[in-house]
Amino acid sequence: MQNDIVLTMRGICKYFPGVRALNNVDFTLRKGTIHALMGENGAGKSTLIKVLTGVYPMDEGEIRIDGVEGAISIRSPQEAQTYGISTVYQEITLCPNLTVAENMFIGRTAGKGVDWKAMEKKAGELLDNLGIPARPRQQLGSCSLAVQQMVAIARAVDTDCKVLILDEPTSSLDDKEVEMLFGLMRELKSRGVGIIFVTHFLEQVYAVSDQITVLRNGELVGQFDVKDLPQVKLVEKMIGKDLEDLSGIKNTARAVPDGEAFYAAEDLSSSESRPFDFHIARGEVNGFTGLLGSGRSESVRAIFGADPVTGGTVTVDGKHVKITKPLDAMKHGIGYLPEDRKRDGIIADLSVRENIILALQVIKGMNHPISRAKTEAFADEYIKALNIKTASPETPIKSLSGGNQQKVILARWLLTHPQYLILDEPTRGIDVGTKTEIQKLVLKLAEEGMSITFISSEIEEMLRTCSRLIVMRDRKIVGELTGEELTQEHVMKTIAGGEQ
Amino acid sequence: MNKKKKTGAGLGQLVIPLVALAILIVFNLFRDLGFFAITMRVNNSGNIVLTGNLISIIDSASELAIIAMGMTLVTAACGGQDISVGAVGAISGAVFVKVLQGMGSITVGSVILGLLLCCLATILFKLFNGTLVAVFRIQPMIATLILYSCGRSIAYWINGDATPQLNSPIISSIGMTIPGIPVPTPIFAVLLVGLLLFLVFKFTSLSLYTQSVGINAGAARLNGINPTLIKLLSFVLLGVCVSVASVIGVCRLGQLNHKTLLVDIEMDAILAVAIGGNNLGGGRFKLSGSILGAYIIQMLTTTLYAMNVAPVNVKAYKAIVIIIIVVAGSPVVKSKLTELWNRFRSSRHTRELSNRGVS
Repeated sequence: MQNDIVLTMRGICKYFPGVRALNNVDFTLRKGTIHALMGENGAGKSTLIKVLTGVYPMDEGEIRIDGVEGAISIRSPQEAQTYGISTVYQEITLCPNLTVAENMFIGRTAGKGVDWKAMEKKAGELLDNLGIPARPRQQLGSCSLAVQQMVAIARAVDTDCKVLILDEPTSSLDDKEVEMLFGLMRELKSRGVGIIFVTHFLEQVYAVSDQITVLRNGELVGQFDVKDLPQVKLVEKMIGKDLEDLSGIKNTARAVPDGEAFYAAEDLSSSESRPFDFHIARGEVNGFTGLLGSGRSESVRAIFGADPVTGGTVTVDGKHVKITKPLDAMKHGIGYLPEDRKRDGIIADLSVRENIILALQVIKGMNHPISRAKTEAFADEYIKALNIKTASPETPIKSLSGGNQQKVILARWLLTHPQYLILDEPTRGIDVGTKTEIQKLVLKLAEEGMSITFISSEIEEMLRTCSRLIVMRDRKIVGELTGEELTQEHVMKTIAGGEQ
Repeated sequence: MNKKKKTGAGLGQLVIPLVALAILIVFNLFRDLGFFAITMRVNNSGNIVLTGNLISIIDSASELAIIAMGMTLVTAACGGQDISVGAVGAISGAVFVKVLQGMGSITVGSVILGLLLCCLATILFKLFNGTLVAVFRIQPMIATLILYSCGRSIAYWINGDATPQLNSPIISSIGMTIPGIPVPTPIFAVLLVGLLLFLVFKFTSLSLYTQSVGINAGAARLNGINPTLIKLLSFVLLGVCVSVASVIGVCRLGQLNHKTLLVDIEMDAILAVAIGGNNLGGGRFKLSGSILGAYIIQMLTTTLYAMNVAPVNVKAYKAIVIIIIVVAGSPVVKSKLTELWNRFRSSRHTRELSNRGVS
């Protein structure tokens, strides 16, 4: 029993400024098993992976690997590979314009001339061996995403691989492709590779894994055999019982406020979303929910005019208006905190102050600059109000932690005093404390009369804040839940289409 | 205390160019104490003018400084450079001369008209570049390569192969000095363009818009900014800079030569932007840095000539110094230097504290 353990991590701790990302976490991986690493966003999964692969140095703890005496220290991904630890990331990091064979051997030819023939032959054997439907001379970009993913895996396991880490490998694959990938994972498992499988999809965990380790808020909840942990229990372990702080705010916004809609859209469609109807009353908090790719983000982007609007009629405050670009929406009192904070939210090199005043400045117009003194006052006010942790208002926003960056973007929109605020995943990837703060703020703003649309992948969080949930599947609205229907089970069923 | 910190943070970008300039000045003083001496002299037309290496450096860097300012804006907004400024400058000069010739006589009115029309022409050509960059998303260097290659041909079509002479006191007033004023006019042109841009930044929030677009155009758009418009605007402003520089260039020589007017200035302008500590990938910028950069380049050239370096070798020596400045300003070296500086400061700080018996 002791002999088939390939990887042991003991007492791993990792701190970031202001956040304890990992606290005394243990992890054990056995040979020839698929081990799912589960937890909500911010639970510490990716930090643990990054410690294991040498991307982050750990602050405390030890790592042992089969075949090496004593504890090892891993200082870089290259070093991790020499210990037989390989990773395939969520985003495919290969070169789509090279061939499959080149991708498999690139950077491994040890500086000597390349024997293309031998390389292709070897690649062909490996692909056959693992049952990957790709030809060595095919351009990688011409393969489906699943096959590209599999090539990345083949590349990873070709070196003497003991531990294979798959970080969200299925997030952009369809069901058939997922099955293909699982086939490959089972094949590798039978060869004795220990696989760490990071995913958000519960069904997939049960389809392929042998063991499950659950993390929550940077701490180990436990390690379980799949057969001992039914799905409901798993969700319970992931969400945990540490919601006392939030239970107090539950139910306060449950009743859908009646009264006229502040914003209403009919047959609204954009280049990215299908026509849909939507409305929100003053002081209402509602939410779009659905799986990734269900169209929830695309719908709110259409409301804000973030993607080219292709049709539909919109009324704001009872008047017909045209919203075709973000500035139109902003001028009608709509704010939008985008899903991808790094890509769409922050202006990385600008200071916290400049990031805070940006939207207000744009609404006022380029020819009416806000005076320096005023921007400083605004920045100070919101840094204090939202408790933003920054060295100074002049610090570039990029040097703040994720949670604080998010608060800056929130401050940016609050400063414009919007009447309708759209928050797309405002709590993603930020620490639990800030999450709670943001949820409380949402409810407080709604009480003051602001309309808010809230999107989160964590259904629990939406149930706490929203009085109405709009459920989407395959880019269509498939249900609207209010009152008694707002339970985790009911939402899940509607998302999955269990009602039909 | 708070105020002090802010100016300190703002100066950061200018540290390297200021140090480079200081070293050049000190080097020259060691080499020749009288290098920077300024004397009064009566010039050919009987006016009293200031002469000396310092005046000559600041004077000859004028076109470069003006174009470097425009280049800074394009760099900041588009994350790339316009390499057609020299060639479009030749077109601008050709239009200017054509207008003066068409008007028959050179008067203040015809010069102003010429300036306006060549400014208009330059803006049109820059909008062509800008459209390729902002609308068609072509990399700036490729987009501007087109006019870089054909600009001087267009200048030739406008004016023919002749090198028309412009003999008028008005022209020499622009290119050299105005009678009664001992300082060369181009220096005032730099001040004027600098002041103009300063006022634009002071009374609009163009600077914030430009930096936002340069750093993250997608996020800027989601905050209501129109990135296409901002990029086009940066090209328009560059166009104004180029036309002013070209008029100075023409008036300085009193003639138009489409082959040599502002030749190779694009590379020096880009260099000035880089030496000024501006990120060539766009975003944060400081016009003062680029102006400093322009003067550093010119001082370097003048110094090398003063040291009797043969013209063929000047470029090689220049390259060596520039490598040093650019490497010193690179993110890698800069972060190391900042780290050292912080350590030095914090150790001094703790020493002070312990001296006061606080720690």
